[in-house]
Parts: sequence; C-alpha cells; structure tokens
Amino acid sequence: MYQDQAMRDSIKLVEAARAENVKLDPRRMTADEKEKLLATYHPDYRREEFRVLEVGANKGDKVPTELAALLQGHSRLEGKTLDLTSPDYEADVLIIGGGGAGCSAAIEASRAGVKTLLVTKLRVGDANTMMAEGGIQAADKPNDSPAQHFLDAYGGGHFAAQKELLYQLVTKAPEAIKWLSELGVEFDKAPDGTMITTHGGDTSRKRMHAAKDYSGAEIMRTLRDEVLNRKDITVVDFTAAIELLKDEQGRCAGAVLMNMETKELLIARAKTVIIATGGAGRLHYQGFPTSNHYGATADGLILAYRAGARLLYADTLQYHPTGAAFPAQIFGALVTEKVRSLGAMLINAKGEVFMNPLETRDVSAASIIRECSDRGNGVKTPTGYAVWLDTPMIEMKHGAGTIEKRIPAMLRMFGKYGIDLRTEPILVYPTLHYQNGGIRIGNDGQSDIENLFVAGEAVGGIHGRNRLMGNSLLDVVVFGRSAGQNASAKAKTVTLGKSLNIDHVASYAKELKDAKAESDAVSPLLLPNYARKGTQTL
Amino acid sequence: MEKMVTIYLYGKKYEVPESLTIMEAMEYAGYQLVRGCGCRNGFCGACATICRVKGQTELKACLACSTKVEDQLYIATLPFFPLIKQVYDVEKVQPTQQIMMQLYPEIYSCVGCNACTKACTQGLNVMQYIAYAQRGEFEKCAEESFDCVMCGVCSSRCPAEISHPQVAMLARRLNGKYLAPHCDHLDARVKEIEEGKIEDMIRSLMDKPLEEIKELYNNREIEK
Repeated sequence: MYQDQAMRDSIKLVEAARAENVKLDPRRMTADEKEKLLATYHPDYRREEFRVLEVGANKGDKVPTELAALLQGHSRLEGKTLDLTSPDYEADVLIIGGGGAGCSAAIEASRAGVKTLLVTKLRVGDANTMMAEGGIQAADKPNDSPAQHFLDAYGGGHFAAQKELLYQLVTKAPEAIKWLSELGVEFDKAPDGTMITTHGGDTSRKRMHAAKDYSGAEIMRTLRDEVLNRKDITVVDFTAAIELLKDEQGRCAGAVLMNMETKELLIARAKTVIIATGGAGRLHYQGFPTSNHYGATADGLILAYRAGARLLYADTLQYHPTGAAFPAQIFGALVTEKVRSLGAMLINAKGEVFMNPLETRDVSAASIIRECSDRGNGVKTPTGYAVWLDTPMIEMKHGAGTIEKRIPAMLRMFGKYGIDLRTEPILVYPTLHYQNGGIRIGNDGQSDIENLFVAGEAVGGIHGRNRLMGNSLLDVVVFGRSAGQNASAKAKTVTLGKSLNIDHVASYAKELKDAKAESDAVSPLLLPNYARKGTQTL
Repeated sequence: MEKMVTIYLYGKKYEVPESLTIMEAMEYAGYQLVRGCGCRNGFCGACATICRVKGQTELKACLACSTKVEDQLYIATLPFFPLIKQVYDVEKVQPTQQIMMQLYPEIYSCVGCNACTKACTQGLNVMQYIAYAQRGEFEKCAEESFDCVMCGVCSSRCPAEISHPQVAMLARRLNGKYLAPHCDHLDARVKEIEEGKIEDMIRSLMDKPLEEIKELYNNREIEK
C-alpha cells in the first residue's frame, strides 16, 4: 500500500487506463529517434561528468570523473617497502575475484590440472553474478541461431563490439548452458525438457533462459559449490589484490595481496594471472544509485591500467532502466527486465504508456529520464522522480500465480515494504548497473600485458557500447571458462623469472607527478565508505 | 527532522532515523562494513542478523540489508556461520537417498522442532525441505529450498546440528543435473556448432559491410 497521496492519485490513473494499456503494443523507435534520445538524455552523453586521462595507455581518452580519480590516484603501496623474494603463495594460475567469471575460470583451471589460487576481497560468490535476476541468453532453439544472437547483440551495442569476442560469446553460448546444466544448475524447463525462454530488451528471439528470477544466484551458488568441491583450488577470501607483480621481462607474474581485516600484505607469485574483479557500480557515477554488489569498485581496471594495459570503452556505462525508486530502503535495487519480458509496461504519472517496454536498456533508461525531466510526467518520490512499472498486467496476460512462480524475488523484495506487485504497480528509475567498458583483451582473453588475462565485467569490448540483458551472465561463464583454459595452457609453458618487481607502480606514479595529474585518491578503492561519521579507513 | 529510534548494536546504544535498514543504521552509526555486507539487496546471505526487541522474549532473524530498524531493537550480526559443506564429485554421486545418508547423516536426527523454519530469513519451510531430503525426494527439496540465500541462520538454531543450506544445495544440484527433464534442443544446437554447421551463416553476417549489418538489424523480425 502506498501512503503518499500524490502516488495514490497517480495509481488511480494507472488503474483506470490499465484495461486499455494492456492491449497496446507500442511501436519501436526508429534508429534516428533512438540516436537523438540518447544524445539528449543518456548519462553517457553528459560531457561535464567525464575527464580526459593525462597519463597511461589511454592518455587523451575520456572516462567518468570518479574513475579518472582512481586511475590517476596513489598506490596503496606508496611509501611501503616489500620483500618480494619469498612469496606467501605460489600458484600456476592466480585468479583475482570470486564471482561468476573467477569461479568459472577456477573450475576450468582445476580441470586442466594446474595449481590454482583464487583470491577475493569478500566471500566467494559475493559478486554481481549473484544479483543477476532475469536470465542468460543462448541461441539454442530451432527458430534461433548464433548469427541471430550476434545481430541482436551487435546492433544493441551500437555496432561497437569487438566482432571476434562477440562471435565467441554467441557461438559458445549453448555449450555454456550445457556446462551449467551438467554442473546442476536448475534452468526453468517445460516437462519435456524444452527451455522456458522469454525476450529481453531488443532481442529478436526468445532466448532468455532463467532460473525464476534468481538466475544469477542459482548459477553463482552452483559454481561456488563446485569450486569448493575441488581440492586443487585454493580459495583465499577477504583478501584483495592491490597491485600486480611483474617479472624481469615485464610479464605479469603475480600480485600483492592485502588481508581486508588485518591489512597484512602478502605476496602471490603465479605463472599467469586472471583479473575477474567485476564492475564499478559502487563508484556511483554521476551520483546514481546502483544495483551492484558492495565490492563493485573497478579494482581490476586500476591494477591493470597502472601496469600498462589499455582500456576500451571505459566511457560507457549501463544504467538499468528499472531500478527500484521507492521505497527509499531499496532505492537503486534491480527490478529485473524479466518483469517487462513478462508483460509489465512502463507508464507515466498520467497513466500513459510512453514507450515500448522492450527497447534496449540505454534507450529505455534515456526515455524514462526524459519522461521524468523535460516532459514533466514523473511521479514525485522522496529521492526524485520515477515512472510506474505496471506489474498487475503480468497476471492479466499470463494468469494468476505467474508472479509468484516466475519472479518470486521481486514479490519478496517489494513485499517486505508492504507493496504487493500482483495488485499494485511499482515505481522505477534508472540505476547504475553495468560497466560496458573495461580492460581490452585479445581473442585469447589476454590483455596487452603478457600473462595477464581478464574475464567478466572487467573486460571491455565484448558488448560494444551497450549490453543486452542476459549477455552478462553468459559473458562471465563463456569468458571465465576460456580465460581459465587459456591461462592454464599458458602457465604450462611459462618458466617463472628469477625475481618479481613492482617497478611499474613507481614509474606510473612518476609519470603522474610529472604531468601534475595526480588525484588525491588512493586506489584501488576496494569498498565504498558509507559510514556517516566513522573514522576507519581501509 | 526525521523521527529517530533507539537501537543497540552489539549492546551499545545508538540513535538512528527510523526509516533505515539495519545495515544502513550501522553505517549511520559509523561502521564501515567489511564483514556482513554483500549484495545489499537480499540475494547473497552475507548479512544474517539476530535481533530482539528489548523486553520481549522472541528472537528474530533477518537480513540486515532488507529489514528496517525498530525502536529498542538489540542487534547482533552473524556474518559467518560454520556450516558443514561436504566435498563430493558431482559426476560420481547419484540422486538416491543413500547420498544424503552418506554425506549429511545428521539430517536424520531432526527432532521436528521447526526452529529452522521459524528462523528462516526468506520465509522458507526449511523443516519441510529437510524432510524431503531425508526421503530422497530431491525435486521437492530443490523446489522448496529454491529461494535460499544460504545465510545459515537456520543452522544456528538447529538442535540436531544440521547444515540445512548445504543439504539443499546438494539436492538442487542433483535435481538440476540428474532429475530435471533433459533438454534435447540444447544438445542438438551444441552438436551443430561443434560440427561447424553454423559457421558459414555467422561468418557471412560478420563479414558484411557495416551499412548492410545495420540494415539487417533495423529490419529484424521480432518473435511474438
């Protein structure tokens, strides 16, 4: 139940128009309309929110101001002396990050028979993968093909994806689903085994596989369980990587780690390293709330950039169109796109349908921002303005019980605050959701630095400048697995150098100083600080 | 000025706005969390918390990220609980009752007190899914336990020392791998890809000039 009178008045308009609205199939925007909408309303186009990098491999490129501060910030090792001669850990493959990509990589490394060390700054499975709700794409039905999947994703990403990476994503997708199924992931299926699939924003075929609206959680907990079943994977939790290490030939050869609780520094030496550190939502670009995990602070980008790797599309972020806008306790939390896949439409304060609810995420987000700003059709909330997502339409279209069966997490999330989405619409506004850009990789998953691989959200270029729903869960599995395979194969050929060094940290710091480009930040950030008046710093 | 309430974090008194979640209240009080904070939205189970309103007997369990504070609330977080996780080879186990007897025999010591269900932060019928596991009914156990976030509060309250979330995890994997109906169209597509049958189609698309790809994209037929 909504208590606010203005919200209640607006709901009356939504309810009055529902019977007519539910019948509508609003036309999709043309390519020109989309382009203009994005340029005017999408946050990526607000020039004042970006800064040009002054040093490093992407010198001259613009990135979000908050990211620039970290990329051009101070190392946590500044002023510290380290003994690099007796490492605390030795491994063939070091994996930094314990989310979907890191765990997929670890399982493959274990299958390849190499000694694997997985470090993660929180617990294994504390990651954006765990929070993905709606599903995972794969073109495995007779009316679909990997080529069709490619076309959807390439166009949805504004034709900017690295074609060969996207080729890998779509052609390895069915195998990824099979691999997950064989690990025991419970996909939604019909009694005859046919996958129950839906649309995502701007997919041309229904290829979204799901496990209710706990798709990511189901995948993540299964991957975690498998990692823990494999004794040849050493998991070190509550331990962050704070710098990469190199050998005398400049190849990546390990990392400096920090115990998150005791702040003890530890040295890990490895033949190959995989960065699987995920996204950046907790940097709250442009002051947006986020749907991301507590640890999403772009750490891998900072480590790799300082070591000389190049970033790709670091200026493009995904704002998920439907973050929860009310109540304040869940401000920014993800309302899965599956709610729209199942038939809920976006409605403004006057009860009007203002767009097709299944446009790409960037277009949908920009359209909602337009509705709430220039058009003045938003519903006032304590944190700003929002539009309605008319969830009762779902059961009008698919019958009673659909919401509890298909999107139980959403029912629970709003139910905790007294809102029953079976009978009441919910308020949504864009939330910072995904880092489209990241570290550039080649077809083998290796960055510009030899023996440094990258997988998952930390990679840039797989999706271009916008990502479709369901292609990120897919990405972490496909590229996590291949990074694990390739890094293991490479590790078998690598002879470790005699010594380790962190010279690149000092030389990068000098470059920054010479360019007078140093920010005040200490990076990687590791965790956001939400303490109102605490004195602790990590 | 927002209305304030009194809470006790590990016994220490703080005044916080009444609209905050327990997690936000801890941050308002000045904590920077490392333990006991994960997805901040009810999916990961990192922030299991035990509470009691001063003067009442009832102990409540919840997730700190998605539960509002209330006046006179005593709060203790449970950021880690030593669940028993048995190691097994998913390729070798079979979905039979014996596997539970072998890996998690303590489930047969359940005394039926229902403390697990009462404590569940997700409102699941935990005792029921353990009963299904006892009987080897893994499909039912999987369905009943599906929304589990593995926070461990159930196990903290169990006199029979059962690690419920891990039992359910095993049941779900057995169900997903061995019992759920097999998907034939998936196998067929994987085989086509392995045999290179999709290669020409996708390569010819990728090799087209950008303008042609744009044309194809803008005129796609969308499945109804």
